[in-house]
Amino acid sequence: MKEEIIIAGFGGQGVLSLGKVLAYSAIMQDMEVTWMPSYGPEMRGGTANVCVILSDKKIGSPIVTKYDTAIILNQQSMDKFEKTVKPGGLLLYDPSGITRHPERKDVTVAQINAIDIAANVGNSKVYNMAVLGAFLKLRPVVEMENVRKGLAKCIPARYSDLIALNEKAIEEGTDSVLVIDEK
Amino acid sequence: MDTAEIMRPENIVYRKPALITDNVMHYCPGCSHGVVHKLIAEVIDEMGIQDSTIGISPVGCSVFAYNYIDIDWQEAAHGRAPALATATKRLCPDKHVFTYQGDGDLASIGTAEIIHACSRGENIVVIFINNGIYGMTGGQMAPTTLIGMKTSTTPYGRDPKINGFPMVIADMISHLDGTAYITRQSVHTAAAVRKAKSAIRKAFEYSEKNIGLSFVEIVSTCNSGWKMSPVDANKWMVENMFKKYPIGDIKDVLKDAPAL
Amino acid sequence: MAEKILMKGNEAIAISAIRNGVDGYFGYPITPQSEVMETLMKERPWLTTGMVVLQAESETSSINMIYGGACCGKKVMTSSSSPGVSLMCEGISYMAGAELPCVVVDVMRGGPGLGTIQPSQSDYNMIVKGSGHGDFHNIVIAPASAQDMYDFVDWGFELAFRYRNPVVILADGIIGQMMEKVEMHEQKPRRTAEEILRDAPWATTGKPASRPRNIITSLSLDSDIQEVFNRKLAVKYAEIEANEVKYTEYLTDDAEYLFVAFGCSSRICEAAVDELREAGIRAGMLRPVTLYPYPFARIEELAGKMKSIMSVELNLGQMVDDVRLAVKGTCPVGFYGRQGGNIFTPEEITDAFKKFNNLK
Repeated sequence: MKEEIIIAGFGGQGVLSLGKVLAYSAIMQDMEVTWMPSYGPEMRGGTANVCVILSDKKIGSPIVTKYDTAIILNQQSMDKFEKTVKPGGLLLYDPSGITRHPERKDVTVAQINAIDIAANVGNSKVYNMAVLGAFLKLRPVVEMENVRKGLAKCIPARYSDLIALNEKAIEEGTDSVLVIDEK
Repeated sequence: MDTAEIMRPENIVYRKPALITDNVMHYCPGCSHGVVHKLIAEVIDEMGIQDSTIGISPVGCSVFAYNYIDIDWQEAAHGRAPALATATKRLCPDKHVFTYQGDGDLASIGTAEIIHACSRGENIVVIFINNGIYGMTGGQMAPTTLIGMKTSTTPYGRDPKINGFPMVIADMISHLDGTAYITRQSVHTAAAVRKAKSAIRKAFEYSEKNIGLSFVEIVSTCNSGWKMSPVDANKWMVENMFKKYPIGDIKDVLKDAPAL
Repeated sequence: MAEKILMKGNEAIAISAIRNGVDGYFGYPITPQSEVMETLMKERPWLTTGMVVLQAESETSSINMIYGGACCGKKVMTSSSSPGVSLMCEGISYMAGAELPCVVVDVMRGGPGLGTIQPSQSDYNMIVKGSGHGDFHNIVIAPASAQDMYDFVDWGFELAFRYRNPVVILADGIIGQMMEKVEMHEQKPRRTAEEILRDAPWATTGKPASRPRNIITSLSLDSDIQEVFNRKLAVKYAEIEANEVKYTEYLTDDAEYLFVAFGCSSRICEAAVDELREAGIRAGMLRPVTLYPYPFARIEELAGKMKSIMSVELNLGQMVDDVRLAVKGTCPVGFYGRQGGNIFTPEEITDAFKKFNNLK
């Protein structure tokens, strides 16, 4: 099993930490991972993206150009990464703020309204965990038990009271993902 | 009176300090370095800290200071002695650490290192030899060269329009909160030598108190670079250097009233 | 069971320094390696192991701080990225001249000049061939993963103290910024004052009556003395070249074509080898792990069996000169590179490979 994922959006949407929770969850499942961010001035409020690779075997290149899954959270990222999804792959996106919806017909397209979920849960910061939940529903690459362990590793001890809130967002994301077109 | 009689212990009025080695000094006759080396050696000996003292020598005439004082030495790159001293003192806080630097080393190429060591309040001693000229490379202008002073790179005298103004380092660093003791001394008379020695001793003692950096500037002569006899050089120093670099304590945090 | 943590290569350097009982780190911020000092400052090892961590006023000062620390026989290190390492070259030369052990980490970015902050391997010549004035070598080790970053700190100090020589961990923006799983060992103690006296009797630890004074200097002024010293260094380098060459190979047993790549490039090249193998082309790869000493002999040996060799680097072609030296003209040597902080894909490498070898 090998899953190559690009997660892309605005800085502040929790793109990098979404990738980190996913990567840590995979470590808890004894998988190999790489987490390679875009870095530099891009980090300051502009676009942010991270490539996460999960695999049963040692990972060679941490840099790929085609992905099994693209998780897209703004229009710029849609323009940049829609074409990079492998045929038969998954394109998961948040439709809010998207002006041009994906046109690919050879990939599974799914939506997650993560802003609404974060609002329901009561903390805008868990937005990214709702997206993670949606992804895990469609690509159950990591068992939920290990996701919980990975999440706990990523949240500093002083914020441990936020773990439950994040878990709730993951669950709601799992329940709320909407598949538009299945391949 | 024959030689043996003269050399009787009861007739000895002066001896070479125990920590000055037998190496022949390369300094020019009349140079201030030899006297300052002697004072440092005496202070280390009298304080009984030979086994806990690490000296850091500069690039310049005193690059070979390590040949003359019988302690462990590090020889730094040009201007970087305060950086070596910083790490040495922080990694070995029970040691006495001092740098020995000339005006080219400390006030020109090494300004960043000395300013930041002062600013951080490193618990080290800095001995700063200011003779207003580069000695080792053959008498070029230093940052502390006086206006009008002739050097090989200011053959018509230092012109502030071309070369800027002399830097008064000790006064500059006195404004930094990390400095504990700053004094300016000279070694041109017996009385001055005694005062310089007690200043050096105080600096080493302060470095044990963890109250910041101690800085002893010695206004010195370079009779070779200045192209004067040693006696004339001393006279010229008193008449000219002391006007720009007056002798005396500039800062002493244990003595001064707290700033208002 | 060893602890497994997801961390960046830069963080791995910092955590490894603490766990391996390093005495001091002195550095200056620069992208893409600032996480090294940030992690150390967050961990506050001075409260646990007693390790000193200091943000210096410049890279010039950082390298001279580790010069001072190394003079005392301490395990001291710094890290920076390309423009900062340029500034450190003076100090590295002095440390080579004074035969001092230290570890310097260069997380390379695109140059020359201020360049970019994206990954690059364009400091190969600076670090492997030079890094300052005078006749000397750094020992250069090139990590290709976050785990390597963690492991190479300890290995680096082992080499640095065995040979009393600067060691450079030559990494790049990918290895520094990428997070991977890192297995960590138990905390090792820092060396005691007695152990330092035993292992580094040359150090400036304060002169007792029982020994002559220790002087650390790189100055001689006398040509004959300097020449004797230079020849002593040459003997040391010959010993390093004989004993410390390290490389890994990937599918070279039956290979007809060889890639040579180090650091992050070797991982991307490995994927290119896989693609070529799927297309029925028997490619393999050699990754030099030590860049000095360089695996000249092994590359020469492999060259005899290859139709061609291609060096793949994130620069305009620097290591390829060493590949050519090793191959001695026995087979064609090609080069493929990207510059300025751009990174090649496995597909780009296979395309360049096919073009060079006239293969479809």
